[in-house]
Amino acid sequence: MVTAAGLAAARAVAAAVPDPELPMVTVADLGILRDVATEGERLVVTITPTYSGCPALREIAHDLRRRLAASGFDEVDVRTALAPAWSSDWITADGRRKLSAAGIAPPHAAPARSGPVPLTLTLTLTRREPVACPRCGSADTTRTAAFGATACKALFRCESCREPFEHVKAI
Amino acid sequence: MTEDEFAAYQSLSEETEDHRWAFGTGFTDPLEGIDASVPDGVDAAALTAYCLALGDDALIYSHRLQQWMTRMPELEEETALANIALDLLGQARMLLARAGQAEGRGRREDDLAFFRDEHEFRSVRLAEHTDADFAQLAGRLLVFSAWRLALFGRLAASADPVLAAIAAKGANELAYHRDYAAQWVIRLGDGTPLSHDKMAAALGVIWPLADELFRADPVAARLPGVAADPAELRAEVDAVLDAVLGAATLDRPQGAPLARVAGKAGRDGVHTEPFGYLLAELQSVARAHPDATW
Repeated sequence: MVTAAGLAAARAVAAAVPDPELPMVTVADLGILRDVATEGERLVVTITPTYSGCPALREIAHDLRRRLAASGFDEVDVRTALAPAWSSDWITADGRRKLSAAGIAPPHAAPARSGPVPLTLTLTLTRREPVACPRCGSADTTRTAAFGATACKALFRCESCREPFEHVKAI
Repeated sequence: MTEDEFAAYQSLSEETEDHRWAFGTGFTDPLEGIDASVPDGVDAAALTAYCLALGDDALIYSHRLQQWMTRMPELEEETALANIALDLLGQARMLLARAGQAEGRGRREDDLAFFRDEHEFRSVRLAEHTDADFAQLAGRLLVFSAWRLALFGRLAASADPVLAAIAAKGANELAYHRDYAAQWVIRLGDGTPLSHDKMAAALGVIWPLADELFRADPVAARLPGVAADPAELRAEVDAVLDAVLGAATLDRPQGAPLARVAGKAGRDGVHTEPFGYLLAELQSVARAHPDATW
Protein backbone atom coordinates (compact mmCIF):
# COMPACT_ATOMS: atom_id res chain seq x y z
CA MET A 1 0.00 0.00 0.00
CA VAL A 2 1.38 3.38 -0.98
CA THR A 3 0.59 5.85 1.80
CA ALA A 4 -0.28 9.50 1.23
CA ALA A 5 3.18 10.45 2.49
CA GLY A 6 4.68 7.83 0.17
CA LEU A 7 2.78 9.23 -2.79
CA ALA A 8 3.98 12.75 -1.97
CA ALA A 9 7.54 11.43 -1.79
CA ALA A 10 7.11 9.64 -5.13
CA ARG A 11 5.77 12.83 -6.68
CA ALA A 12 8.81 14.74 -5.47
CA VAL A 13 11.18 12.10 -6.89
CA ALA A 14 9.37 12.01 -10.26
CA ALA A 15 9.17 15.80 -10.48
CA ALA A 16 12.93 16.11 -9.96
CA VAL A 17 13.84 13.93 -12.97
CA PRO A 18 15.85 16.09 -15.38
CA ASP A 19 15.01 16.24 -19.06
CA PRO A 20 17.75 14.40 -20.98
CA GLU A 21 17.95 17.04 -23.69
CA LEU A 22 17.43 20.09 -21.48
CA PRO A 23 19.03 18.90 -18.24
CA MET A 24 18.74 22.30 -16.59
CA VAL A 25 14.99 21.77 -16.29
CA THR A 26 12.96 18.88 -14.90
CA VAL A 27 10.16 16.91 -16.49
CA ALA A 28 7.78 18.73 -14.15
CA ASP A 29 9.14 22.13 -15.25
CA LEU A 30 8.47 21.18 -18.89
CA GLY A 31 4.97 19.84 -18.31
CA ILE A 32 6.01 16.37 -19.51
CA LEU A 33 5.08 14.82 -16.16
CA ARG A 34 1.28 14.69 -16.18
CA ASP A 35 0.37 12.63 -13.12
CA VAL A 36 1.67 10.47 -10.29
CA ALA A 37 -1.00 8.26 -8.74
CA THR A 38 -1.52 4.87 -7.13
CA GLU A 39 -3.43 1.84 -8.34
CA GLY A 40 -3.48 -0.64 -5.47
CA GLU A 41 0.14 -1.53 -4.76
CA ARG A 42 1.43 0.07 -7.91
CA LEU A 43 2.61 3.56 -8.60
CA VAL A 44 1.40 4.91 -11.94
CA VAL A 45 3.39 7.75 -13.50
CA THR A 46 1.93 9.40 -16.62
CA ILE A 47 4.12 11.33 -19.04
CA THR A 48 3.45 12.95 -22.41
CA PRO A 49 5.81 13.40 -25.38
CA THR A 50 6.67 16.94 -26.44
CA TYR A 51 6.95 15.92 -30.12
CA SER A 52 5.76 12.67 -31.74
CA GLY A 53 9.27 11.41 -32.40
CA CYS A 54 10.96 12.78 -29.31
CA PRO A 55 13.57 10.14 -28.39
CA ALA A 56 13.91 11.58 -24.89
CA LEU A 57 10.63 10.05 -23.75
CA ARG A 58 11.94 6.53 -23.33
CA GLU A 59 15.01 7.81 -21.49
CA ILE A 60 12.72 9.77 -19.19
CA ALA A 61 10.62 6.67 -18.55
CA HIS A 62 13.76 4.68 -17.78
CA ASP A 63 15.13 7.38 -15.50
CA LEU A 64 11.78 7.63 -13.68
CA ARG A 65 11.79 3.89 -12.97
CA ARG A 66 15.42 3.94 -11.85
CA ARG A 67 15.03 6.89 -9.48
CA LEU A 68 11.74 5.67 -8.06
CA ALA A 69 13.25 2.21 -7.49
CA ALA A 70 16.17 3.84 -5.66
CA SER A 71 13.59 5.55 -3.42
CA GLY A 72 11.89 2.26 -2.63
CA PHE A 73 9.12 2.22 -5.24
CA ASP A 74 9.56 -1.11 -6.98
CA GLU A 75 6.21 -1.50 -8.68
CA VAL A 76 6.01 1.40 -11.09
CA ASP A 77 4.05 1.71 -14.34
CA VAL A 78 5.09 4.54 -16.63
CA ARG A 79 2.27 5.36 -19.02
CA THR A 80 2.05 7.65 -22.01
CA ALA A 81 -0.76 10.16 -22.44
CA LEU A 82 -1.18 11.66 -25.92
CA ALA A 83 -4.20 13.86 -25.33
CA PRO A 84 -4.28 16.71 -24.81
CA ALA A 85 -1.18 17.26 -26.97
CA TRP A 86 1.76 18.82 -25.14
CA SER A 87 1.99 22.57 -25.44
CA SER A 88 4.97 24.79 -24.68
CA ASP A 89 2.47 26.80 -22.61
CA TRP A 90 2.80 24.04 -20.00
CA ILE A 91 6.38 25.02 -19.22
CA THR A 92 6.21 26.47 -15.70
CA ALA A 93 7.39 29.94 -14.69
CA ASP A 94 10.23 28.28 -12.82
CA GLY A 95 11.10 26.25 -15.92
CA ARG A 96 11.18 29.39 -18.04
CA ARG A 97 13.47 31.11 -15.57
CA LYS A 98 15.86 28.13 -15.58
CA LEU A 99 15.89 27.96 -19.39
CA SER A 100 16.63 31.65 -19.62
CA ALA A 101 19.41 31.39 -17.03
CA ALA A 102 20.96 28.62 -19.17
CA GLY A 103 20.93 30.83 -22.27
CA ILE A 104 17.84 29.32 -23.89
CA ALA A 105 15.05 31.79 -24.67
CA PRO A 106 11.71 30.44 -23.41
CA PRO A 107 8.69 30.24 -25.76
CA HIS A 108 5.98 32.81 -26.33
CA ALA A 109 2.34 31.80 -25.88
CA ALA A 110 1.48 29.00 -28.30
CA PRO A 111 -0.72 29.88 -31.30
CA ALA A 112 -4.41 29.12 -30.75
CA ARG A 113 -5.48 25.92 -32.46
CA SER A 114 -8.97 25.95 -33.87
CA GLY A 115 -9.98 25.38 -37.49
CA PRO A 116 -7.49 25.49 -40.35
CA VAL A 117 -4.02 26.58 -39.27
CA PRO A 118 -3.15 29.92 -40.90
CA LEU A 119 -0.16 29.87 -43.22
CA THR A 120 2.91 31.84 -42.18
CA LEU A 121 4.62 33.18 -45.27
CA THR A 122 7.09 35.49 -43.62
CA LEU A 123 10.63 34.60 -44.54
CA THR A 124 12.81 32.86 -42.02
CA LEU A 125 14.73 35.98 -41.14
CA THR A 126 11.60 37.98 -40.31
CA ARG A 127 10.35 37.24 -36.84
CA ARG A 128 6.72 37.40 -35.84
CA GLU A 129 7.23 38.24 -32.19
CA PRO A 130 10.56 39.47 -30.85
CA VAL A 131 12.49 36.83 -28.95
CA ALA A 132 14.62 38.57 -26.35
CA CYS A 133 18.28 37.58 -26.11
CA PRO A 134 18.68 35.53 -22.92
CA ARG A 135 22.18 36.94 -22.42
CA CYS A 136 21.83 40.70 -22.89
CA GLY A 137 18.06 41.11 -23.01
CA SER A 138 18.02 42.88 -26.38
CA ALA A 139 14.91 42.40 -28.51
CA ASP A 140 17.00 42.93 -31.65
CA THR A 141 17.40 39.27 -32.54
CA THR A 142 17.20 37.22 -35.75
CA ARG A 143 16.05 33.67 -36.26
CA THR A 144 18.88 31.89 -38.09
CA ALA A 145 17.19 28.48 -38.39
CA ALA A 146 13.66 27.23 -37.87
CA PHE A 147 14.93 23.99 -36.33
CA GLY A 148 17.65 23.25 -33.82
CA ALA A 149 19.59 20.43 -32.23
CA THR A 150 16.42 19.00 -30.69
CA ALA A 151 12.83 18.88 -31.90
CA CYS A 152 11.72 21.57 -29.46
CA LYS A 153 14.18 24.33 -30.37
CA ALA A 154 15.03 26.89 -33.07
CA LEU A 155 18.26 28.90 -33.51
CA PHE A 156 18.58 32.66 -33.05
CA ARG A 157 21.31 35.28 -33.06
CA CYS A 158 21.36 38.47 -31.03
CA GLU A 159 22.16 41.52 -33.17
CA SER A 160 23.24 43.54 -30.12
CA CYS A 161 25.71 41.23 -28.40
CA ARG A 162 26.14 39.03 -31.52
CA GLU A 163 25.79 35.82 -29.52
CA PRO A 164 23.87 32.88 -30.99
CA PHE A 165 21.25 31.26 -28.74
CA GLU A 166 18.52 28.64 -28.75
CA HIS A 167 14.81 29.31 -28.41
CA VAL A 168 12.14 26.81 -27.35
CA LYS A 169 9.52 26.86 -30.12
CA ALA A 170 5.97 27.81 -29.18
CA ILE A 171 3.58 24.99 -30.05
CA MET B 1 28.31 19.66 -16.63
CA THR B 2 26.94 19.41 -13.13
CA GLU B 3 26.43 16.07 -11.45
CA ASP B 4 22.71 16.22 -12.11
CA GLU B 5 23.24 16.85 -15.81
CA PHE B 6 25.34 13.69 -15.99
CA ALA B 7 22.62 11.86 -14.12
CA ALA B 8 20.22 12.51 -16.98
CA TYR B 9 22.39 10.32 -19.21
CA GLN B 10 23.39 7.74 -16.64
CA SER B 11 20.67 5.30 -17.61
CA LEU B 12 22.11 5.14 -21.15
CA SER B 13 25.11 3.17 -19.98
CA GLU B 14 23.25 0.74 -17.76
CA GLU B 15 22.83 -2.92 -18.65
CA THR B 16 19.14 -3.71 -18.70
CA GLU B 17 16.84 -6.26 -20.21
CA ASP B 18 15.76 -3.44 -22.48
CA HIS B 19 17.88 -3.75 -25.65
CA ARG B 20 17.98 -0.23 -26.88
CA TRP B 21 18.79 1.19 -30.27
CA ALA B 22 18.05 -2.12 -31.99
CA PHE B 23 14.96 -2.80 -34.06
CA GLY B 24 12.74 -5.65 -33.19
CA THR B 25 13.18 -5.99 -29.47
CA GLY B 26 12.84 -3.91 -26.41
CA PHE B 27 11.51 -0.74 -27.94
CA THR B 28 8.78 0.57 -25.75
CA ASP B 29 5.38 0.60 -27.38
CA PRO B 30 4.79 4.27 -28.25
CA LEU B 31 1.19 3.80 -27.11
CA GLU B 32 2.10 2.15 -23.79
CA GLY B 33 -0.57 2.66 -21.18
CA ILE B 34 -3.13 4.03 -23.62
CA ASP B 35 -6.52 2.31 -23.83
CA ALA B 36 -6.14 0.09 -26.91
CA SER B 37 -9.80 -0.81 -27.38
CA VAL B 38 -11.59 -0.03 -30.64
CA PRO B 39 -14.75 2.03 -29.98
CA ASP B 40 -18.10 0.28 -30.41
CA GLY B 41 -19.47 0.51 -33.91
CA VAL B 42 -16.07 1.16 -35.52
CA ASP B 43 -15.01 -1.32 -38.23
CA ALA B 44 -11.75 -2.65 -36.72
CA ALA B 45 -10.44 -4.03 -40.03
CA ALA B 46 -11.02 -0.68 -41.74
CA LEU B 47 -9.40 1.19 -38.83
CA THR B 48 -6.38 -1.11 -39.14
CA ALA B 49 -6.06 -0.40 -42.86
CA TYR B 50 -6.59 3.33 -42.37
CA CYS B 51 -3.95 3.72 -39.64
CA LEU B 52 -1.58 1.55 -41.66
CA ALA B 53 -1.92 3.79 -44.72
CA LEU B 54 -1.36 7.00 -42.72
CA GLY B 55 1.54 5.37 -40.88
CA ASP B 56 3.07 4.18 -44.15
CA ASP B 57 2.87 7.71 -45.61
CA ALA B 58 4.93 9.01 -42.69
CA LEU B 59 7.37 6.08 -42.56
CA ILE B 60 8.19 6.18 -46.26
CA TYR B 61 8.36 9.98 -46.41
CA SER B 62 10.60 10.05 -43.34
CA HIS B 63 12.97 7.56 -44.97
CA ARG B 64 13.22 9.69 -48.10
CA LEU B 65 14.13 12.69 -45.94
CA GLN B 66 16.70 10.65 -44.03
CA GLN B 67 18.38 9.85 -47.34
CA TRP B 68 19.14 13.58 -47.67
CA MET B 69 21.18 13.58 -44.49
CA THR B 70 24.80 14.72 -45.16
CA ARG B 71 23.71 16.10 -48.55
CA MET B 72 22.15 19.43 -47.58
CA PRO B 73 23.73 22.67 -48.79
CA GLU B 74 23.75 24.11 -45.26
CA LEU B 75 23.88 22.67 -41.78
CA GLU B 76 20.67 24.51 -40.83
CA GLU B 77 18.71 22.73 -43.58
CA GLU B 78 20.23 19.41 -42.61
CA THR B 79 18.99 19.98 -39.06
CA ALA B 80 15.58 21.03 -40.33
CA LEU B 81 15.13 17.90 -42.45
CA ALA B 82 16.37 15.64 -39.66
CA ASN B 83 13.80 17.20 -37.33
CA ILE B 84 10.99 16.83 -39.85
CA ALA B 85 12.00 13.23 -40.56
CA LEU B 86 12.00 12.53 -36.82
CA ASP B 87 8.53 14.04 -36.34
CA LEU B 88 7.19 11.90 -39.19
CA LEU B 89 8.90 8.80 -37.84
CA GLY B 90 7.25 9.44 -34.49
CA GLN B 91 3.87 9.77 -36.20
CA ALA B 92 4.56 6.55 -38.13
CA ARG B 93 5.45 4.62 -34.98
CA MET B 94 2.22 5.61 -33.24
CA LEU B 95 0.03 4.98 -36.28
CA LEU B 96 1.57 1.57 -36.99
CA ALA B 97 1.22 0.68 -33.31
CA ARG B 98 -2.45 1.73 -33.47
CA ALA B 99 -2.92 -0.38 -36.61
CA GLY B 100 -1.45 -3.35 -34.75
CA GLN B 101 -3.82 -2.79 -31.83
CA ALA B 102 -6.88 -2.52 -34.05
CA GLU B 103 -5.82 -5.61 -36.01
CA GLY B 104 -5.60 -7.63 -32.79
CA ARG B 105 -3.16 -10.23 -34.12
CA GLY B 106 -0.26 -9.15 -31.96
CA ARG B 107 1.70 -7.42 -34.72
CA ARG B 108 3.78 -4.52 -33.42
CA GLU B 109 5.16 -1.45 -35.14
CA ASP B 110 8.40 -3.24 -36.06
CA ASP B 111 6.58 -6.20 -37.60
CA LEU B 112 4.61 -3.80 -39.74
CA ALA B 113 7.57 -1.62 -40.72
CA PHE B 114 10.16 -4.30 -41.44
CA PHE B 115 8.31 -7.47 -42.37
CA ARG B 116 5.73 -6.44 -44.92
CA ASP B 117 6.35 -6.58 -48.66
CA GLU B 118 5.95 -3.78 -51.18
CA HIS B 119 2.37 -4.61 -52.18
CA GLU B 120 1.31 -4.48 -48.51
CA PHE B 121 2.42 -0.85 -48.10
CA ARG B 122 -0.44 1.57 -48.56
CA SER B 123 1.43 4.89 -48.73
CA VAL B 124 0.57 7.41 -51.45
CA ARG B 125 3.09 7.54 -54.30
CA LEU B 126 3.97 11.13 -53.39
CA ALA B 127 5.66 9.77 -50.24
CA GLU B 128 8.09 7.53 -52.14
CA HIS B 129 9.15 10.07 -54.79
CA THR B 130 12.92 10.57 -55.04
CA ASP B 131 13.66 14.29 -54.91
CA ALA B 132 16.10 15.05 -57.71
CA ASP B 133 17.10 18.40 -56.22
CA PHE B 134 16.35 20.79 -53.36
CA ALA B 135 13.55 22.47 -55.29
CA GLN B 136 11.70 19.15 -55.60
CA LEU B 137 12.34 18.50 -51.94
CA ALA B 138 10.78 21.86 -50.97
CA GLY B 139 7.84 21.56 -53.38
CA ARG B 140 7.04 17.99 -52.38
CA LEU B 141 7.25 18.80 -48.68
CA LEU B 142 4.88 21.73 -49.21
CA VAL B 143 2.25 19.57 -50.95
CA PHE B 144 2.64 16.67 -48.51
CA SER B 145 2.57 18.73 -45.32
CA ALA B 146 -0.30 21.00 -46.48
CA TRP B 147 -2.36 17.90 -47.32
CA ARG B 148 -1.45 15.98 -44.17
CA LEU B 149 -2.12 19.03 -41.99
CA ALA B 150 -5.60 19.48 -43.51
CA LEU B 151 -6.22 15.77 -42.94
CA PHE B 152 -4.93 15.70 -39.35
CA GLY B 153 -6.91 18.85 -38.54
CA ARG B 154 -10.05 16.85 -39.28
CA LEU B 155 -8.83 13.61 -37.68
CA ALA B 156 -8.25 15.47 -34.41
CA ALA B 157 -12.05 15.10 -34.00
CA SER B 158 -12.05 11.41 -34.99
CA ALA B 159 -14.38 9.04 -33.15
CA ASP B 160 -11.32 6.85 -32.49
CA PRO B 161 -9.73 8.62 -29.50
CA VAL B 162 -6.25 7.21 -30.18
CA LEU B 163 -6.25 8.33 -33.81
CA ALA B 164 -7.64 11.70 -32.69
CA ALA B 165 -4.83 12.17 -30.17
CA ILE B 166 -2.11 11.17 -32.68
CA ALA B 167 -3.57 13.59 -35.24
CA ALA B 168 -3.96 16.50 -32.82
CA LYS B 169 -0.34 16.12 -31.79
CA GLY B 170 0.92 15.65 -35.33
CA ALA B 171 -0.98 18.68 -36.63
CA ASN B 172 1.18 21.01 -34.49
CA GLU B 173 4.28 19.51 -36.07
CA LEU B 174 2.91 19.52 -39.63
CA ALA B 175 2.01 23.22 -39.39
CA TYR B 176 5.67 23.92 -38.73
CA HIS B 177 6.82 21.65 -41.59
CA ARG B 178 4.40 23.33 -43.97
CA ASP B 179 5.61 26.81 -43.08
CA TYR B 180 9.24 25.73 -43.52
CA ALA B 181 8.53 24.27 -46.97
CA ALA B 182 6.39 27.26 -48.01
CA GLN B 183 9.15 29.68 -47.09
CA TRP B 184 11.65 27.81 -49.26
CA VAL B 185 9.24 27.60 -52.21
CA ILE B 186 8.75 31.36 -51.96
CA ARG B 187 12.45 32.08 -51.56
CA LEU B 188 13.32 29.99 -54.61
CA GLY B 189 10.31 30.99 -56.72
CA ASP B 190 10.68 34.68 -55.97
CA GLY B 191 14.47 34.50 -56.11
CA THR B 192 16.81 34.62 -59.09
CA PRO B 193 15.66 33.68 -62.61
CA LEU B 194 17.57 30.41 -62.23
CA SER B 195 16.00 29.51 -58.87
CA HIS B 196 12.58 30.52 -60.21
CA ASP B 197 12.94 28.20 -63.20
CA LYS B 198 14.20 25.33 -61.07
CA MET B 199 11.30 25.74 -58.63
CA ALA B 200 8.78 25.88 -61.48
CA ALA B 201 10.29 22.75 -63.04
CA ALA B 202 10.22 20.97 -59.68
CA LEU B 203 6.53 21.71 -59.17
CA GLY B 204 5.88 20.36 -62.65
CA VAL B 205 7.37 17.06 -61.50
CA ILE B 206 5.58 16.96 -58.13
CA TRP B 207 2.11 18.08 -59.23
CA PRO B 208 1.09 14.87 -61.06
CA LEU B 209 1.55 13.01 -57.75
CA ALA B 210 -0.91 15.25 -55.89
CA ASP B 211 -4.15 14.04 -57.47
CA GLU B 212 -3.90 10.71 -55.67
CA LEU B 213 -4.15 12.48 -52.30
CA PHE B 214 -7.75 13.49 -52.94
CA ARG B 215 -9.09 10.32 -54.56
CA ALA B 216 -12.06 8.55 -53.01
CA ASP B 217 -10.83 6.02 -50.45
CA PRO B 218 -12.99 2.92 -49.87
CA VAL B 219 -11.33 2.38 -46.50
CA ALA B 220 -12.22 5.89 -45.30
CA ALA B 221 -15.76 5.34 -46.57
CA ARG B 222 -16.13 2.44 -44.14
CA LEU B 223 -15.16 4.67 -41.21
CA PRO B 224 -17.82 7.40 -40.86
CA GLY B 225 -16.91 9.80 -38.05
CA VAL B 226 -13.48 8.18 -37.73
CA ALA B 227 -11.79 8.94 -41.05
CA ALA B 228 -11.85 12.00 -43.30
CA ASP B 229 -13.14 12.00 -46.88
CA PRO B 230 -10.05 12.80 -49.01
CA ALA B 231 -12.13 14.83 -51.47
CA GLU B 232 -13.11 17.20 -48.66
CA LEU B 233 -9.49 18.25 -48.17
CA ARG B 234 -8.95 19.62 -51.65
CA ALA B 235 -10.37 23.12 -51.14
CA GLU B 236 -8.31 23.79 -48.01
CA VAL B 237 -5.10 22.44 -49.57
CA ASP B 238 -5.68 24.33 -52.81
CA ALA B 239 -6.12 27.60 -50.92
CA VAL B 240 -2.80 27.07 -49.13
CA LEU B 241 -0.94 26.07 -52.29
CA ASP B 242 -2.39 29.00 -54.25
CA ALA B 243 -1.32 31.44 -51.52
CA VAL B 244 2.22 30.08 -51.57
CA LEU B 245 2.46 29.97 -55.36
CA GLY B 246 1.16 33.54 -55.55
CA ALA B 247 3.81 34.80 -53.13
CA ALA B 248 6.42 32.76 -55.00
CA THR B 249 5.42 34.25 -58.39
CA LEU B 250 4.85 30.73 -59.67
CA ASP B 251 2.01 29.42 -61.81
CA ARG B 252 -0.01 26.41 -60.83
CA PRO B 253 1.36 23.53 -62.92
CA GLN B 254 -0.96 22.07 -65.53
CA GLY B 255 0.01 18.43 -65.70
CA ALA B 256 -2.05 15.29 -65.99
CA PRO B 257 -2.14 13.14 -62.82
CA LEU B 258 0.36 10.29 -62.71
CA ALA B 259 -1.29 7.32 -64.39
CA ARG B 260 -2.72 4.56 -62.25
CA VAL B 261 -1.79 0.95 -62.99
CA ALA B 262 -4.88 -1.04 -63.91
CA GLY B 263 -6.81 1.55 -61.89
CA LYS B 264 -4.60 1.12 -58.86
CA ALA B 265 -2.09 3.35 -57.02
CA GLY B 266 -0.33 3.69 -53.66
CA ARG B 267 -3.37 3.16 -51.44
CA ASP B 268 -3.94 -0.16 -53.29
CA GLY B 269 -0.34 -1.26 -52.74
CA VAL B 270 0.80 -0.40 -56.26
CA HIS B 271 3.96 1.70 -56.18
CA THR B 272 6.51 3.20 -58.54
CA GLU B 273 9.76 1.41 -59.32
CA PRO B 274 11.97 3.28 -56.80
CA PHE B 275 9.79 2.00 -53.94
CA GLY B 276 11.43 -1.43 -53.99
CA TYR B 277 14.91 0.06 -53.58
CA LEU B 278 13.72 2.26 -50.74
CA LEU B 279 12.13 -0.70 -48.97
CA ALA B 280 15.27 -2.82 -49.43
CA GLU B 281 17.34 -0.17 -47.71
CA LEU B 282 14.76 0.27 -44.95
CA GLN B 283 14.27 -3.43 -44.24
CA SER B 284 17.40 -5.35 -45.22
CA VAL B 285 19.18 -5.26 -41.84
CA ALA B 286 16.05 -6.24 -39.93
CA ARG B 287 15.40 -9.11 -42.32
CA ALA B 288 18.99 -10.37 -42.34
CA HIS B 289 19.09 -10.45 -38.55
CA PRO B 290 15.48 -10.78 -37.43
CA ASP B 291 16.31 -11.56 -33.79
CA ALA B 292 19.32 -9.31 -33.44
CA THR B 293 19.90 -7.14 -30.40
CA TRP B 294 22.97 -5.19 -29.44
